[in-house]
Amino acid sequence: MDEPEDLTPLDPAYVRVLQIDAAIMGLIMLALTVPLEVLGVLPRGAFFGPMLLLVLWLVLVTPKRRYRRWGYRLSADRLQIVRGFLFHSDTVVPLGRVQHLDVQQGPLMRRFGLSTLTVHTAGTANDSVGLPGLKHEDALAMRETIRAKIKAAQA
Amino acid sequence: MSELVPTSTETGHRLHPLGLILGFVMQLPQMIVPIVAVLYGARDSSLGLPAVIGLVLVVSLLFKWIAWRRFRYWIGDDEVRIEKGLLSRSARSIPYDRIADVSIEQKPLARLLGLGEVKFETGGGTGDDAVLSFVSMEEATRLRETVRERKAIDQAPTAAQDTVEATAPVLFAMDGRRLLTLGFYSFSLVILAVLIGAAQQFDFLLPFDPWDWERWLGAAANGTSTVAQIDRSAQLLAALAALLGLIAVGFATGIGRTVLREFGFVLERTAKGFRRRRGLLTKTDVTLPIERIQAACIETGPLRQRGGWYALRFVSLANESKAEKDHAMAPLAKLDELWPILREARLHPPGKSARFVQANPGPWIDEGLITAGVLTLAAAVASRFVGPAAWAIPGLILPFAAYSWFDWRNRFHAVDQDQLYVRRGWWNRRLELARQVNIQSVSLTEGPLLRLRGLARIEFGIAGGEMGFSAVPLADAKAIRDQVMALAAPVDFSQLGLHAD
Repeated sequence: MDEPEDLTPLDPAYVRVLQIDAAIMGLIMLALTVPLEVLGVLPRGAFFGPMLLLVLWLVLVTPKRRYRRWGYRLSADRLQIVRGFLFHSDTVVPLGRVQHLDVQQGPLMRRFGLSTLTVHTAGTANDSVGLPGLKHEDALAMRETIRAKIKAAQA
Repeated sequence: MSELVPTSTETGHRLHPLGLILGFVMQLPQMIVPIVAVLYGARDSSLGLPAVIGLVLVVSLLFKWIAWRRFRYWIGDDEVRIEKGLLSRSARSIPYDRIADVSIEQKPLARLLGLGEVKFETGGGTGDDAVLSFVSMEEATRLRETVRERKAIDQAPTAAQDTVEATAPVLFAMDGRRLLTLGFYSFSLVILAVLIGAAQQFDFLLPFDPWDWERWLGAAANGTSTVAQIDRSAQLLAALAALLGLIAVGFATGIGRTVLREFGFVLERTAKGFRRRRGLLTKTDVTLPIERIQAACIETGPLRQRGGWYALRFVSLANESKAEKDHAMAPLAKLDELWPILREARLHPPGKSARFVQANPGPWIDEGLITAGVLTLAAAVASRFVGPAAWAIPGLILPFAAYSWFDWRNRFHAVDQDQLYVRRGWWNRRLELARQVNIQSVSLTEGPLLRLRGLARIEFGIAGGEMGFSAVPLADAKAIRDQVMALAAPVDFSQLGLHAD
């Protein structure tokens, strides 16, 4: 696979978004252990302790790693998106095959000025390929670039 | 315009305000569940039924109104843009060139208010096309006209392509004999399964329990059964007759179903593409334009192949064929009858440079090892309860391994200068062909085990279908991707079908 180092990284602020996402998930997971603790089947903290460690790991360690595994490259005629470590995928979409484009912003991403760019193709596999954690202006610029390419290709 | 969140009203159009009411009214049937939920939640409070219903309706209307306020669309110089969303904002951009058609739908209620639902249909894989619900009918027709005009300017050179050939040569047809042969190959005992299923469904209607095997055995042992009273040769004869009957039923089912579907099968090459007519009671007449054909699949089975028989199907762009996913072009044909049909679709048989490579056995070995591990574990656990007999469980690996071996043994892929091939299957043998120029995207994926072995799976995005090479060394996978991209990337989607040769 192409090493993420050769590719354009996502905006560093995306790490924060991933961390906050993980923290929200983590709080829910911790809340779920409370009834088990109250039941008292095992010594106090037998559920909460390990879960806390897991959540800390998910919040402090994995987001940075996940961020590092993301990368993209927008070249003259194609967009390459690389993601994942355990389950790695490396997708190339020719710009001439893009059907339509979405720029999306959830509330959390918006706070950090980030967006997700999604390209839709006609294929059944990979019919939509998403690239999260782009600086909002970059996402818009990429959309305009891809659109201009489509326009130029058919003129 | 490049602002995601519109700042002033001068940018973009809103949907028709009446559409807000219309959407609300059309959604009312779905409101019953939330109303019941709120009623249940508030059963102890002093709120009356009308108040609860009113509350739910007002809240729902409020959300609809916010959504309506946040929804805007633009008909730009070279694209349609739609922005929507309350918390999660989304801006979709659809270039005119990608809009296959603009459809206007008017349900009865909408007609009453003079509103319509406008749908921009693109070739996008999933059904999440862009919809405007609702705008006034004048606006709807104006939108359609505008988009069609813009498209016409964009695609002026394409329009001239529709020169008509007068004759429509027949490419393939099935006579009675062929139909019968296909029927024989379609031997099926499905009717038996249906009967057994029916017996299971309706066994309570029978005066005895047909599934009570002990009673049956007991009856036979006691000599009270009529079957046991007859002498041995007669028993054998009866068994033979039953077997023959079964076989006859199987063939009759196969032939019956085949004749119903394939009767009068004719495939013609018309000016636009292929035209297929078939059917005895329900006649169908399907036209498939050449440009829509993305890939092909040649299928056979061990017995059919012995007779030299194959079936041909085309994979086409999803738009026109919702009822039938793939298009059967020749249900039973010799290879030299198939290749001309393929050539008409601008596909060709594997060229000399197509070297069929067997898939790397890695994933199959991994799968086998994991299965063996799981079975052994299961046996270890089960032996605590049922004793040493549980150690027969790992024996299940044998049929699994046999299946895996056959599956791997028959998995090949090949690449030549302009096409991709996958050959697979032992019982259901198939050769898939796709033109590289028709590939919409290429994805290399690895799980942890594939990665350890330095392998990757290649997934090719094809409009209306998919194709994958299962286990390819990473370097080869990248080379294949680069080759496909070199052919596909320079060709714009709108030019597909014109460029192929």
